[in-house]
Amino acid sequence: MSKARIATVWLDGCSGCHMSLLDLDEALIDLAPKVEIVYGPLVDAQEFPEAVDVTLVEGAVSSQDDLRLAQTVRARSRLVVALGDCAVTANVPSMRNQIPTKTLLERIYVDGVNVNHRVPTDGVPPLLRQACPLHEVIRVDLHVPGCPPPAAIIGYVLGELLAGRKPELAGKVKFG
Amino acid sequence: MGTTIRIHHVTRIEGHARIDIHLNEQGQVASTQFHVTQVRGFEKFTEGRPFYEMPAVTARICGICPVSHLLASAKACDAIMAVQIPEAARLLRELLHCAQFVQSHALSFFHLSAPDLLLGFDSGPEARNVLGLIEKHPEAARDGIALRRFGQQAIERLAGERVHPAWVVPGGVNKPLSVDTRDLILADLPLAHSILRRTLRLFKSMLDSFPEESEAFGNMPTMHAGLTDADGRLQIYDGMVRFIDADGKPAGRIARPLEYSKWIGEAALPDSYLKAPYFKPRGYPDGIYRVGPLARLNVAETCGTSEADRELLEYRQRLGRVVNRSFFYHYARLIEALYALERMEELLHMPEILDRHVRAEAGVNALEGAGIIEAPRGVLIHHYRVDERGAITGANLIVATGHNNLAISRSIQQVAERFVEGGSIREGALNRVSAVVRAYDPCLSCSTHAFGRPAFRLRLIGPAGAVLDER
Repeated sequence: MSKARIATVWLDGCSGCHMSLLDLDEALIDLAPKVEIVYGPLVDAQEFPEAVDVTLVEGAVSSQDDLRLAQTVRARSRLVVALGDCAVTANVPSMRNQIPTKTLLERIYVDGVNVNHRVPTDGVPPLLRQACPLHEVIRVDLHVPGCPPPAAIIGYVLGELLAGRKPELAGKVKFG
Repeated sequence: MGTTIRIHHVTRIEGHARIDIHLNEQGQVASTQFHVTQVRGFEKFTEGRPFYEMPAVTARICGICPVSHLLASAKACDAIMAVQIPEAARLLRELLHCAQFVQSHALSFFHLSAPDLLLGFDSGPEARNVLGLIEKHPEAARDGIALRRFGQQAIERLAGERVHPAWVVPGGVNKPLSVDTRDLILADLPLAHSILRRTLRLFKSMLDSFPEESEAFGNMPTMHAGLTDADGRLQIYDGMVRFIDADGKPAGRIARPLEYSKWIGEAALPDSYLKAPYFKPRGYPDGIYRVGPLARLNVAETCGTSEADRELLEYRQRLGRVVNRSFFYHYARLIEALYALERMEELLHMPEILDRHVRAEAGVNALEGAGIIEAPRGVLIHHYRVDERGAITGANLIVATGHNNLAISRSIQQVAERFVEGGSIREGALNRVSAVVRAYDPCLSCSTHAFGRPAFRLRLIGPAGAVLDER
């Protein structure tokens, strides 16, 4: 049996969902022969590859880079899972949404420093006006809320998807 | 014309960064840039919110070390309430923090850096990750998973959840420790301990395998900063931040948390969302300093626990009293994890840790407060101002990876000069450029609270500015 091609993506989030994935602990060892992680912060791929079976996306869409990557993920993945509250609702990253980005950046880089008072622009992606949930920019096949979703839920979702079934999440997950 | 190499995604780090390596016309490395590419704005959007929400909100800066933010934030809130928290609460917070050090250091060493150290910097990038480790070095992978699990489980047992628990509150913690929970954690300690002893032996046996890396990975004199108690013992939850010179001479100390701004300035960088703190008396950028495991062991006289102190002695016999080579962050990290385990055992055996009184109650008694702790990656500072009703009017956060920003940039330059040659890009060379960043275990999640996720990317740029190659 060929290994399932899994990718994990970290947009605007805290990586807590990735930590919850690692909280599978020894179950990772059982998973290892069945999957290949072809992209994500835990592996060394530089480009998001073609023909990915399942992509787990953590985080809200906050910058131009996030937006582009989300679109690439959709184009190259069979199934896209919004993993955790930030991907599902934009959660904490959206707390900045009422503040104009210029005001936000000037607070940090002009008022908030002692030297070089200027907003960075070289080699850094512009922020979107608002941080938004993943489903606002691409089609999402499954939403898994939680801050973060517990490891057991992530294990269950992966197990069902690898077995070709749709995970039944009603009553199993909650926000926060 | 010159050339730029871009590492698009610096991988196996906790965040997203991009690196540009500029070559001159002779194909030699002219300069490098470390771009951190995310900004989140916690310092701004928390304005107007009640101060007692800050621990839960700022914990969402980082899922890797949420406990660090919980603790620094809660300490800043304690200061706003002007309370001295109950002794049991102080001990429990430190215990939780020790558990976090174990899990976070295990993650850095095993899940993120061991693929380089055990599989090889030049091994195939497809398998150079934790799954590759499971396949090729199953014992080491199992040890890493079990050690991280120990820390995460202890956090879960104490605080209810592994990631983003709600147990730490302004004034203390919200539930005392039960005898059963204490005994569960104590029962698991010996296994964690034996893993760490084994791992230290393994790492020490490999020291001679990386002569070039240990020489060229951020080998430079800088100042160091870390928390100690009055006797110079390593501290992670509370103490005084001390600055030393590259040769160990004392350079300054933050006696009270609110005085941090007398010693630490911040500079904005044109090409990164991550600001660059510097030691204020020396100005920017001469005031470069390092924080984290390497710096802490340089600053501290002793760890204060017996086995860690034996290891520290050996470490200093091998490397000198002040270690200025960033490759040895890995070594220092393992000694600290051992310290954290020993300290957990000490704390769990203190009868007063079971005291039922674990929370001080108060309203706003001071309009300003700061909390400083050692996150696994280094000094973490939360500073809040509030109005009389307790609404935040100003917040400033200086995180571990920020302090290391200048040192990381300089280390990248050094590794690039040593390993990258013009014309073609060798994958293993670029991986070393990424690996020096990994040695610092940068939490770009944390550092991008205000700033960015570094997308770890590499780009080769010619003198005329054309992008010659991208990875």
